[in-house]
Amino acid sequence: MSDASLNTQTQTGEAGFGDYFALLKPRVMSLVVFTALVGLLAAPVDVHPFIAFCAVLFIAVGGGASGALNMWWDADIDEVMKRTASRPIPSGKVAPQDALAIGITLSAFAVIMLGLATNFVAAGLLAFTIFFYAVVYTMWLKRWTPQNIVIGGAAGAFPPMIGWAVATGGVSLESVLMFLLVFMWTPPHFWALALFMNSDYEKAGVPMLTVTHGRRSTRKHILVYTILLAPLAIGAGLTSIGGPIYMTVSVVLNALFLFGAVKIWRRDEDAASADKYRSEKSFFGLSLIYLFLHFGAILVEATLKPYGLGGW
Amino acid sequence: MGFEKVEHELHKRRIGRNLGVGLVLVGFVAIVFGLTVVKVTRGGLEPAFLQQQQGKN
Repeated sequence: MSDASLNTQTQTGEAGFGDYFALLKPRVMSLVVFTALVGLLAAPVDVHPFIAFCAVLFIAVGGGASGALNMWWDADIDEVMKRTASRPIPSGKVAPQDALAIGITLSAFAVIMLGLATNFVAAGLLAFTIFFYAVVYTMWLKRWTPQNIVIGGAAGAFPPMIGWAVATGGVSLESVLMFLLVFMWTPPHFWALALFMNSDYEKAGVPMLTVTHGRRSTRKHILVYTILLAPLAIGAGLTSIGGPIYMTVSVVLNALFLFGAVKIWRRDEDAASADKYRSEKSFFGLSLIYLFLHFGAILVEATLKPYGLGGW
Repeated sequence: MGFEKVEHELHKRRIGRNLGVGLVLVGFVAIVFGLTVVKVTRGGLEPAFLQQQQGKN
């Protein structure tokens, strides 16, 4: 092979344990673990700590398995993009068929174990999440429509709903609102990233909104989704998962997020490239804090509730 | 004539992988054992929400 000299690790065919672990997208997994844990703890049913630990672990493994399937399918795209070129498959550390085998095996393992440890509503939701991310998003939407991020974002929004189902055995308004919080947050988060990483998506041929509709339209989309997100996020504070702490955090964060989105919308490309996309980068950073603090506030409310302090 | 065993980077990686898989298997056994203990000692194999409902009745 012509690229053999460029990549000595392909010749050995021996991946390390860390290479296989990297297939599971540990950084994405941390978001899955956190939101699933919050969903589980915010639910009005107590779960034994060990079962809760196992449930979150199986949800994380399921999320990781869908990440491995995503890396298997998207290896050609990952190879082209600078941000993803060092992933285990494009860098030659793990063979594609190994990633596929790991993805399928861990998916089945996670769903069955979650079902046995908790209930089959939670397991069914996990199975659907894996299917949605690996098949609907990765294999279908990602290369087909610029709305890939919007619909694909649902996969990342399911974990708090699964966590809630682990405890309650069902779906309710609160878990739907937690789902919607992540679902509506995903597009502005990723489009802000796409604004300053555009050349990479273009090179890979991924129909990111910035590539298909231009940056002006992407800026408008960020603002619209941020406006739609605000009432959902604040509205969640009026349900049983909310309380004064959540409400305060949510109002402040949504005001800041809206301010950031308006700033992005009002800027043009000249202004953005003049300061190296400072506003876009800070909006992206804020989006990470936004989600973390919203779920952190739900967790605080749930933790204080037994002491008569959390909630309304 | 003695042969010296050459320690290759590949061997280190292989040992690391075997150790990793071993630890995962040990962890899995511990989880299944723990789940069994919790489910049996709590006196019911039903999910948490069903147990709570039964407790209320």
